[in-house]
Amino acid sequence: MNKGRAKLALSVKWIVLIAVLAFIYLPLLMIIVYSFSSSPSVGGEFGQFTFGLYRKLFQNRDLLDATKNTLVIGLVSALFSTILGTTAAVGIHYMRRKIRGVVDTASQITVVNAEIVTAMAFFVLMIFLRDTIKLPVRFSLTWLIITHTVITTPYVILNVSPRLKQLNPNLLEASMDLGAGPMRSLITVMLPQLAGAMVSGFALAFTLSLDDFVVTNINSFGSNINTISTFIYAGIRKRGIPVEIRALSTIIFVVVLTVLIVYNVIKNKKAKDAAKKHAK
Amino acid sequence: MKNRKHKAKVFRPTAFSFPYLAVTVVFVIVPLILVLVYAFRGDDGSFTFGNFAKVFTQKENLIQLGRTLEIAALSTALCLLLAYPVAYILASKPFNKMAILALLFIIPMWINFMLRIFALQSVLTAIGIPKSFWAATIGMVYDFFPYMLLPIYTVMSKLDKSYIEASTDLGADSVQTFFKVTLPLSLPGVISGVSMVFMPIFSSYAITKMMGDAKTTVIGAKIASLFENQSYGNYGYGAALSFVLLVIVLLVMLLSNFLTNRTQKAPKGGVA
Repeated sequence: MNKGRAKLALSVKWIVLIAVLAFIYLPLLMIIVYSFSSSPSVGGEFGQFTFGLYRKLFQNRDLLDATKNTLVIGLVSALFSTILGTTAAVGIHYMRRKIRGVVDTASQITVVNAEIVTAMAFFVLMIFLRDTIKLPVRFSLTWLIITHTVITTPYVILNVSPRLKQLNPNLLEASMDLGAGPMRSLITVMLPQLAGAMVSGFALAFTLSLDDFVVTNINSFGSNINTISTFIYAGIRKRGIPVEIRALSTIIFVVVLTVLIVYNVIKNKKAKDAAKKHAK
Repeated sequence: MKNRKHKAKVFRPTAFSFPYLAVTVVFVIVPLILVLVYAFRGDDGSFTFGNFAKVFTQKENLIQLGRTLEIAALSTALCLLLAYPVAYILASKPFNKMAILALLFIIPMWINFMLRIFALQSVLTAIGIPKSFWAATIGMVYDFFPYMLLPIYTVMSKLDKSYIEASTDLGADSVQTFFKVTLPLSLPGVISGVSMVFMPIFSSYAITKMMGDAKTTVIGAKIASLFENQSYGNYGYGAALSFVLLVIVLLVMLLSNFLTNRTQKAPKGGVA
């Protein structure tokens, strides 16, 4: 009787999990299936199995440009924010408590603020620099890279700071006392210790940049730069979303899924191996 | 550091943060000050409260703010209703041994949200659900679900199992244990999940545009449209509206900090 109830509870739990997973993955699965279809709409009659949408994708200059912009902005801004965030974390680490509190709060502004407010603050800054100070600046790819760097840097700091707290506090000083310059000490002594945290900071900054819409949308007004996000958004409002988006989505879904699952399987295996070694 | 103070011109490690501090001042603090300046500036450049007057007297703004609060509250509640049981189950035996299973629920975070919304909307259209308030709400829940799940799951999976054992040993049944032990201890996760979902909805005008009808918009859409037209008359008005939103953000943050402190103090006091 009791065993029966436990079994029932277990199956109810499985049903809940599977139902939610279905809610999450069915739409993605539909897109993947219909990326091989000749049907003009998802969910319509499937028609013929074809790679046509993939061919179309590689002929759509605008969409390819948007994809390229997304990657360029993501990679370059993540690189900058990793450098800026890591040096910032090291500097903040050595600050006196009171000053550190102020800097920490300042670095959280863009994290907690409504994104639309951050986005339009950037916009107003650009207008001010361009029209009031009359600097030769404009809404451009560079501007988007700068804005993305600014919004992702705090997340790199959040990744690197905890690692710094685990390190020997005298490391940097020891290196400088032994005659290495500050830059050399940072690069040869600190960075190797922080490499892991920097990589995860870079990955986080990159994905945040890829996912961004609001800042990109508002700060590309008046330029014809698109990322994947703004391309789709513009598609709804004006010319309609082209069918080859299904092919692009499929490629992205498959790449993200594979990378994450492989990464985690390897990580789990490593953790298990380490635990085994420890047991010995 | 202390014993090196007497040396002049010595390099202080804090200097490593100077590039970042400069960037923060120029690209975060100055822009917010500019927003404030624009908010109080009339079309002719003079000081005015006109922009704020416009924000609060135009009925449309208040209606939109109301709608934003409505959709944010509803979506957050639905997210919580869906995420809490899932987090609870994932953190319980035997599911807590299946690391990849939990990962499957979080993975959507790494996929561009616009593509996910496009996928969801295609399916809703296919099964005949038109653009509407409810479709937009489903879109919000679909997009923000992992951000609600992750903090709750993290807290739940780190929860000290001995509290639960103690509770059952002392004669409480599973329902009592849940309400008296598990639920209160998981509240910090719930609060951080709620704040990770509630506030971003104010800015998520892409989802309401894609999935909602003409009446279903969030306040972020209004701000975006004011800037899209690129006319100076609108900038002051948009800045004032943003400033009001900024104040709301601060209030919500203070409230959530207050709640977090309270919920975190309670169990600690009980144990000591």
